[in-house]
Amino acid sequence: MKRVKRRYLALQVDSDGAPSRKEFMDAVWSAVAKLYGEYGASQTSLALIDYDVEKKTAVIRTSLVTLDLVRASLASITSLANGEAVVHVLAVSGTIKALRKKVRR
Amino acid sequence: MQKYRGVAMRKTFADLHLRLNVKDHATALRVITKAAALGYRLIAVPFPSETRGDEVAKLKAVCSEAKIDFASRIDLRPRTPNELMHQLRRLRRKFEVICVACENKQVARQAAKDRRVDLLNFPLLDFRRRFFDRAEAELASNSLAALEIDVKPLLVLEGPARIRFLSSLRREAAIAKEFHVPIVVSSGVSEERLLRRPREMASLMFLFGLDEVSALKAVAHNPVAIVKRNREKLSSMFVAPGIRVIKEGKDC
Repeated sequence: MKRVKRRYLALQVDSDGAPSRKEFMDAVWSAVAKLYGEYGASQTSLALIDYDVEKKTAVIRTSLVTLDLVRASLASITSLANGEAVVHVLAVSGTIKALRKKVRR
Repeated sequence: MQKYRGVAMRKTFADLHLRLNVKDHATALRVITKAAALGYRLIAVPFPSETRGDEVAKLKAVCSEAKIDFASRIDLRPRTPNELMHQLRRLRRKFEVICVACENKQVARQAAKDRRVDLLNFPLLDFRRRFFDRAEAELASNSLAALEIDVKPLLVLEGPARIRFLSSLRREAAIAKEFHVPIVVSSGVSEERLLRRPREMASLMFLFGLDEVSALKAVAHNPVAIVKRNREKLSSMFVAPGIRVIKEGKDC
């Protein structure tokens, strides 16, 4: 069986309040589902790796083939937990270690 | 070597459609600062045709404060081709970017073939009046006009309206690609919360079928080329394409 290639995305949430892990992931899933439907969302293998409520940063994982799809969905997020919000992609990498290096740079 | 490569590859990202209220200085400064922070190096703000020079200068000062290049822009909304020609004669030399909002087919055709027009814009939500078809693209490919796509409706629309919008954008982007008409992607927003990083704008273009290279061109190379071309034409040293005055005086 072919190995599934993954990509890790470092994200910055720009919102008024401090959304919880669940609220953040709900917004991501809902954006993906709105644009690509449940079938499309099921192919993304989205997973939340890390979420810092104070810094409002997150690391999510997706499969390489759906990276563009996930990036487009993240850019389309305009609200989070009933407030206005934007999710910016800070860096994309194939490993968490390289991702952290890129973000620190 | 790696450092050198990083510098050489750096793109100048531009947003040619920031809708700012020129009189609201505080909001304008906030949005411009945000655009600079997100990575834009050039912005254009549409002005009404009767704008005074000092208002443009004031906004230019705000932009230089935020370390971002500024280009003046005007959106023309003519009702007839003759009105368009008249407005172009009057305003072409006053603004760096001229966009024509094509409200009917005759105006759209005239705008596409006129070399003084930089951007073609179509009604965002009236899908029957988006006249960018193959004939329009063929005319535009022989002139200098680019197709402008505002990203704002993608962010604010939902459901069937967004589906229809995406569908027309996909058709228009395919036509533009076929006829080699440059695409310029702008934000079209007035609030900082709707601003996206240039790379995120490129990601949104994936929704209507643009590949990564074309998408990045639409936020970097194409808008910058328009402003560069017009600045050269508007400079006092310009004579004709490829000919410019390099020295004046008795010792020449």
